[in-house]
Amino acid sequence: MVWLNIILNRLVWLVPTLLGLLVIVFLLSRVVPIDPARLVAGENASPSQIEAVRQQLGFDRPLPVQFVRYVGDVARGDFGTSLFTQQPILDDLSARLPATLELTLVAVLIATGLGIPLGVLCGLHRNSWLDHGLRIVTVSGLAVASFWLAMQLQFLFSMKLGWLPLSGRIEGFPPEEVTGLVILDALIDGDPEIIRSAVSHIVLPAITLALPAAATMVRFTRNGVLGAIDSPSVAYQTAMGYPRRQVVWKYVLRMAITATVTQLGLIFGILLAGAVVVETVFDWPGIGAYAVRSILQSDYNAVMGFTLWTGAIFVLVNLLVDLLQATIDPRGAR
Amino acid sequence: MLRRFARDRAALLGGLLILFLLLVAAFAPLLAPFPEDVWQFHTQNRLQPPGADWFFGTDRMGSDVFSRILFGARITLALSLIAVGSAVVIGVPIGLVAGYWDNWVSELLMRIAEIFLAVPQIVLAIAIAQTLGPSIENVILALSITYWPFWARLVYAQTRSMRNEVFVESAVALGASPLRVMVLHILPNIASPIIVRTSIGMGATILTAATLGFLGLGAPPPTPEWGRMIAESREYLPEAWWYALAPGLAIFLTVLGFNLLGDGLRDILDPRTRRSAGAGKAGNG
Repeated sequence: MVWLNIILNRLVWLVPTLLGLLVIVFLLSRVVPIDPARLVAGENASPSQIEAVRQQLGFDRPLPVQFVRYVGDVARGDFGTSLFTQQPILDDLSARLPATLELTLVAVLIATGLGIPLGVLCGLHRNSWLDHGLRIVTVSGLAVASFWLAMQLQFLFSMKLGWLPLSGRIEGFPPEEVTGLVILDALIDGDPEIIRSAVSHIVLPAITLALPAAATMVRFTRNGVLGAIDSPSVAYQTAMGYPRRQVVWKYVLRMAITATVTQLGLIFGILLAGAVVVETVFDWPGIGAYAVRSILQSDYNAVMGFTLWTGAIFVLVNLLVDLLQATIDPRGAR
Repeated sequence: MLRRFARDRAALLGGLLILFLLLVAAFAPLLAPFPEDVWQFHTQNRLQPPGADWFFGTDRMGSDVFSRILFGARITLALSLIAVGSAVVIGVPIGLVAGYWDNWVSELLMRIAEIFLAVPQIVLAIAIAQTLGPSIENVILALSITYWPFWARLVYAQTRSMRNEVFVESAVALGASPLRVMVLHILPNIASPIIVRTSIGMGATILTAATLGFLGLGAPPPTPEWGRMIAESREYLPEAWWYALAPGLAIFLTVLGFNLLGDGLRDILDPRTRRSAGAGKAGNG
């Protein structure tokens, strides 16, 4: 019942949230000083040709009519056509989603694999040299501009040392597409050269993307552990003479992980925002780089499609986090 | 409280970094060895490595990177102060009003805020800045429009939890007007989280603004904006390694300053989450 409540509560707000996003992006796309009909018709189009395109695309109708028509199209799964790739937006986005998914998943693995253990260590050894040292690292990690870090990593590891490729997702022919995730596809394919290429291409972008998320993880986990250590229940367990090892593994860690899970939605937001920049610098063919290119080219159908997708994904991820949290810690659930 | 501030080394370091930045911004024309390099080109000096004449080398136009960084501090500071200031001025009243009453208006306000929070701030900011055209003013506008919901949500939650406090109820019972209760009774009690959030928000805003500049959405070319300087340096790597190094470090130190200050202020203003509270109580044993 708790699950059902959470799901209904979130889903009821999914539609108004997406509608609101649509209104914002739609208004933006229509106050833009660039005439989209002129863009589509091309530079040498005559005024009558531009007018024809305008009518064909429906830009001559009043704004509310255009908006209702657009919402109707979106509801039927039609996001319109990109003004530049000439492909349906939905196709463009789905073709690029696996690349972003792969990059984000690897970054999540790095961030949690580093962040949670280090956070636990910092919490258990409060005010030790490790705690102070990592505090400096995490505070610094959150202050670095990711596009600058990306460039410095490119400079050091690919231009100077030549250890890793500069940008892109793979060299030569990609493996046969099975899952859409190049690393998995390469493993299925089995060619060691392709596997090496796929893995070496993802290292730098994944590390750049993971750094701020990992830093955030360390801090939340550390605070969770500290909160648990200072709690009366742990004081009680300790007073009862339970071995410290048992207290830590059984009580402290469980409480600390709960605190970290509540922040997963935030971590996901950090990664999604980071992907927009990281993909652009590393020429990673995902939806983040696609969004930046579309925005810079005033391709508003594509921008609206991307914004809606991101909003929907964001709401769904928060729903999952709520469910996860309700499972681990039923007290907070409504 | 000042003494506690001085004892918190991290907060002190953050405060000093920001003080340093303010001084640099204020005295940029006096400190810069080549103040005219902000607008002038000396192509015969282009892409010189760091040395006695040019501390951080020169850029593609032959201008002194060091001088441009100093003037860039003015742009960064003005931009982020105005953007965060507007976000606070919009977000705090909305959060207060929505948190004080419990009706459809507050529901509507918070739903609008949540719409803005449903996509990463940078995406909306890029879209708005691109629509309005590249200029400093438009970057400020884009950042303010996308940033106020963070304060609205914070103030809303805080006001909600204050609403049923005895001192608020007694003020209402004594006939104080809602405005009076909000401004004189609730606001002072929720000032700490707002101040902390604002300091950390300054850091985040500087990063976002630099990203916009990096993508070419900030001020037009000769403006010494740090993000744009890094973007310009991209095509001169790996030869001109110094070109991107200095503006990147400038962004890093500035954001670090605001983040450290925010962390320190949180420890000082909110004793519940104090970092080193009870040190040793649950030591390593």
